[in-house]
Amino acid sequence: MGPEILRDISFRIPERSFQFLTGPSGTGKTTLLRLLFMSLKPTRGLITIFGKDRSRITREELPLIRRNIGMVFQDFRLLDHLTTYENVALPLRVRGRDESTYRNDVIELLKWVGLGDRMHVYPQVLSGGEKQRAAIARALVEQPRILLADEPTGNVDPLLARRLLRLFIELNRMGTAVVIATHDLGLMDQVDARRMVLSEGRLEIYD
Amino acid sequence: MTSSVRRTGFLSQIRIIGGGLAGRAARQFGRTQSPIVPRDNVASRAMVLVIAIMTFLSCLTLGAVTLVRDTATTWQTQISREATIQIKPGDDFDMEEALAKAQRVASTYAGVRSATIVDLAATVRLLEPWLGSGLDLETLPVPRLVIVTIDPTSPPDFESMREELKQTVPQAILDDHRTWVDRLVAMANTTVTIGVAVLALTLSATALTVIFATRGAMAGNLHVIEVLHFVGAQAPFIAREFRRHFLVSGLRGAIGGGIAAVIVFVAFSWWSSRNLGTPEGDQASALFGNFSIGASGYAGVAIIVVLIAILAAVTSHFTVITYLRRIEA
Repeated sequence: MGPEILRDISFRIPERSFQFLTGPSGTGKTTLLRLLFMSLKPTRGLITIFGKDRSRITREELPLIRRNIGMVFQDFRLLDHLTTYENVALPLRVRGRDESTYRNDVIELLKWVGLGDRMHVYPQVLSGGEKQRAAIARALVEQPRILLADEPTGNVDPLLARRLLRLFIELNRMGTAVVIATHDLGLMDQVDARRMVLSEGRLEIYD
Repeated sequence: MTSSVRRTGFLSQIRIIGGGLAGRAARQFGRTQSPIVPRDNVASRAMVLVIAIMTFLSCLTLGAVTLVRDTATTWQTQISREATIQIKPGDDFDMEEALAKAQRVASTYAGVRSATIVDLAATVRLLEPWLGSGLDLETLPVPRLVIVTIDPTSPPDFESMREELKQTVPQAILDDHRTWVDRLVAMANTTVTIGVAVLALTLSATALTVIFATRGAMAGNLHVIEVLHFVGAQAPFIAREFRRHFLVSGLRGAIGGGIAAVIVFVAFSWWSSRNLGTPEGDQASALFGNFSIGASGYAGVAIIVVLIAILAAVTSHFTVITYLRRIEA
């Protein structure tokens, strides 16, 4: 077993809340997000997700619960053989939904994130910022109850970072709880939101 | 707030921003969607090629075993269809009368279809390769033969026939080719057993190669499994997508290899039929029959093709399930 990354952490993310998860690099921001996304299991401790004990969630239940969580990965995780539109529509497609039932919604979402004219291109030709927005759109397409974003402004210029932040705020106003992991102080200063600061494996919360 | 109310609000607000441009963009969606599993990469092309080669070799082995088995059966049937009565010459001995007696004795037995005396002219032709032409049999003590054609399904009682011939024509020796048939059966069985063993080894090698090639091709798709898993796809959905993809890829390779093998069989069969009557053709057909693998051979090729494609699909299925278990652990 490796070193303990996080310990003595206790917190709750209320519905419709907005918070930043911050702290120096390597303190476990991504690990914490992965625990919330259930792509990691804690070695000890209790995680309750939507009222369910993580350790009691079965393999079959996992994808169904995960459909309520939107995750924006630091490295985007877009599939290179699918167009921007297809990448964003992927969560709906894997539910077995007919394309005609979601096509317009996905197109509108792409326009909302500013990718209306890039929906038929492949990720290889997208800029870092465009990939970031495509990854965000994919996380939002199912209108999740909670959005987890790992350094969503890490690859974009300050102007685009502000634009993406407005997008998250807009999403939060519509009812989605948002957790943004970042160490960009400038970004956090733009919004009066709860700050969860990780340092040496411990968490301090500033409401 | 219920999920449906929240969802409606979300979409309606996006629609205000999106405006009426959606309809125009939607018109660009004439084409079908890309497959979830990437269609082709170097590893999957290599897999298709490997499957084609291994299917070709397996089908060739199967064809060869079928050919050997059929030929061995033909040899046995042909030899066990005949027996020979040999009458040795002697002093003060009427050969023609002895031949006629032997023919009569043989004809009385049930299971004998005919008994034919090999006449002088035929005997001369038979000996011509060894003793040359213009042979005068009257001056040489050459044994004469009666060919007894028998029903291989219900052969006569050779022991009784041998006893009766001994009484009637003491110079007659009945050869029912039993020694030959026994040896041939042993040889044919050995050949077919070796062939089946080689086929089993080839099929095992094919199965392992297909499994490793499929796993190699799957290694390039692990990120796809991961992303599908993270966007909420259930394991049966992911496994189904990969199974379908690898079944099609496996079929592409296996059908290619199977068709190549069938072309080889047809080409040999055509060559064999074109060379009928020539010394090379006669030699080849004496050894290998008519080079035709028959309906069972072609059915075997079809079964191998289908099994290999299924094997590729099943391997991809288990790779997906194993990988999902690993990333969920």
